[in-house]
Amino acid sequence: MSEKMINVTEPVATEPVVTETEKKPSRKPKTNKRKASVFVITAFLIIGCITILFPLYITIVIALKSPSEMTNDISGALSLPQHFSLDNFAEAMRVTDFWRSLGNSVLITGASIVLSVIIHSMAGYALGRNMNRKKKFKMIYFYIVSGMFVPFAILMMPLVKQTSILGLDNMFGVILLYTVFYMPMNVMLYSGYMKNVPLAMEEAADIDGASAWRTYWTIIFPMMKPMHATVAILTALGTWNDVMTPLVIMSGSENTTLPLAQLNFQTQFGTNYNLAFASYLLALLPILILYIFCQKQIIGGVATGAVKG
Amino acid sequence: MKNKKVLSKRMTYVVMIAPALILFILFNTIPLITGAFYSFTNYKGYGSFEFVGLRNYIDLFSDARVGNSYLFTFKYAIIGTLLVNVLSLLLALGLNSKIKFKSALRAVYFLPNVLGGLVVGYIFSFIFTYIIPAIASALHINFLENSILAGEDTAWIGVLIVGVWQAVAMNTIIYISGLQTIPADIYEAGMIDGVTPWQKFRHLTLPMLMPFVTTNLILSTKNMLMVFDQIMALTKGGPAQSTESISYLIYKNGMDGGQFGFQSANAVVFFIVIVAISIFQMVITNKKEEQL
Repeated sequence: MSEKMINVTEPVATEPVVTETEKKPSRKPKTNKRKASVFVITAFLIIGCITILFPLYITIVIALKSPSEMTNDISGALSLPQHFSLDNFAEAMRVTDFWRSLGNSVLITGASIVLSVIIHSMAGYALGRNMNRKKKFKMIYFYIVSGMFVPFAILMMPLVKQTSILGLDNMFGVILLYTVFYMPMNVMLYSGYMKNVPLAMEEAADIDGASAWRTYWTIIFPMMKPMHATVAILTALGTWNDVMTPLVIMSGSENTTLPLAQLNFQTQFGTNYNLAFASYLLALLPILILYIFCQKQIIGGVATGAVKG
Repeated sequence: MKNKKVLSKRMTYVVMIAPALILFILFNTIPLITGAFYSFTNYKGYGSFEFVGLRNYIDLFSDARVGNSYLFTFKYAIIGTLLVNVLSLLLALGLNSKIKFKSALRAVYFLPNVLGGLVVGYIFSFIFTYIIPAIASALHINFLENSILAGEDTAWIGVLIVGVWQAVAMNTIIYISGLQTIPADIYEAGMIDGVTPWQKFRHLTLPMLMPFVTTNLILSTKNMLMVFDQIMALTKGGPAQSTESISYLIYKNGMDGGQFGFQSANAVVFFIVIVAISIFQMVITNKKEEQL
């Protein structure tokens, strides 16, 4: 706020020296006030971070401790571990079959992203280019986008029946379902993005005799790169952390995903907190590592998706 | 020759839409219709069934458990939405001002959004059950000495805290992008008029931010109405069904409780509620666009 003040007063500085010296004393307390308010806001925000970081701190220290270090008082839970040991992690990995559920989660998320980017971008392109000229395309667009209002709760029970009849009560079925669940949002994002892609590119390719199909894959698809990133991030966050879909769809199969493994683990070994927290930390680790390296892109992607969507 | 090309171009568009459309019909529209179909039957999820007309719907309104789940879900969604929006607006104002460590602070405050609701729920469950009572008994705060998750009247607060903790991140980011759309010259004009910080917020920032407030209110209401993961991790609907959300009840009784038909009716009503809120959203958004 006061910085704008400085901007406003800047032209004054070019005026005769008398005015400038007059201005100076009145400006100085302003800068101090500004410094003070910046300090207070920063301090509040840093203190507020405790509410975010405290649960993670607890997870880490408990995961590193042995059950004997967990005394009943508060220090037993909160103090730093005395011996550094990764035993809990090794045990948790074994009990939850960590690598397998991690592999399944990576496979499900990865395949959902690839399918979403291919299928949704094609549909988004075709609909975005035609819906303002042709009524049928517009109807299909609104038909798909309206799927955003359908809660999973209403689809859940019929889908469980349907996927088991079709032999899709497995990871492949879950991947297909994710491709459908994120379709309304992704199609909307892609077709909205088409407004930024000039028609001239396609027209030029058309004159050169390239087919519409080839033009799409060689020219348009690469141009939609920023939207691919947004779609990939939104789809990844949604599918990676989802519990409900694999829980109801894959309940018959032996495969689990990373969150689902925590659910099964909790019912079996929930009372050994050191083991449990090691397992939770392992489940959080992949996304935490990704977040540390790509937080700018992730925050940006989520913001684009939310504001446009 | 030219006609042929136009036709093939059109065919290309059809081919491009077909996979999406087929998948959407198969896994969204068909289950939606089957769900609505079963809501008129007494289907248990297995075996034979008969049509019962509107009985499920009539029973729905007299069923205490369903009524409770609606009460809990709406209480949770309304209070949660208000809390989330007040907190995230304050955070966004702070994180958008000229502070130090800006990007690091933003990264920390956004972190809850990328973490899975279930695991976060388990971690908080431990905090509520052990850490807070331990701190409370050390400080002799009587009413916190028992886990809030164990009390019928307090368990919902635990679920609410976790839900808000996670939801604030997303709304903060949306508010920050909103604040960045406000042109600086508006504030400069305000400065010349000598407005106080509160006047600046009330009469300059807030009106400019209104479209984002609407988006955020509707977004968080919708997300909070569908609460599931937190309940699965924290309370499993208990104690005494005091934290049973609509989604959780449909899952629990529809999948295992032999109430496929009845819970389908519940799901249809829930769907109508969500659609009603969404239409409300669109009406507001249209009005807002007219104003611009």
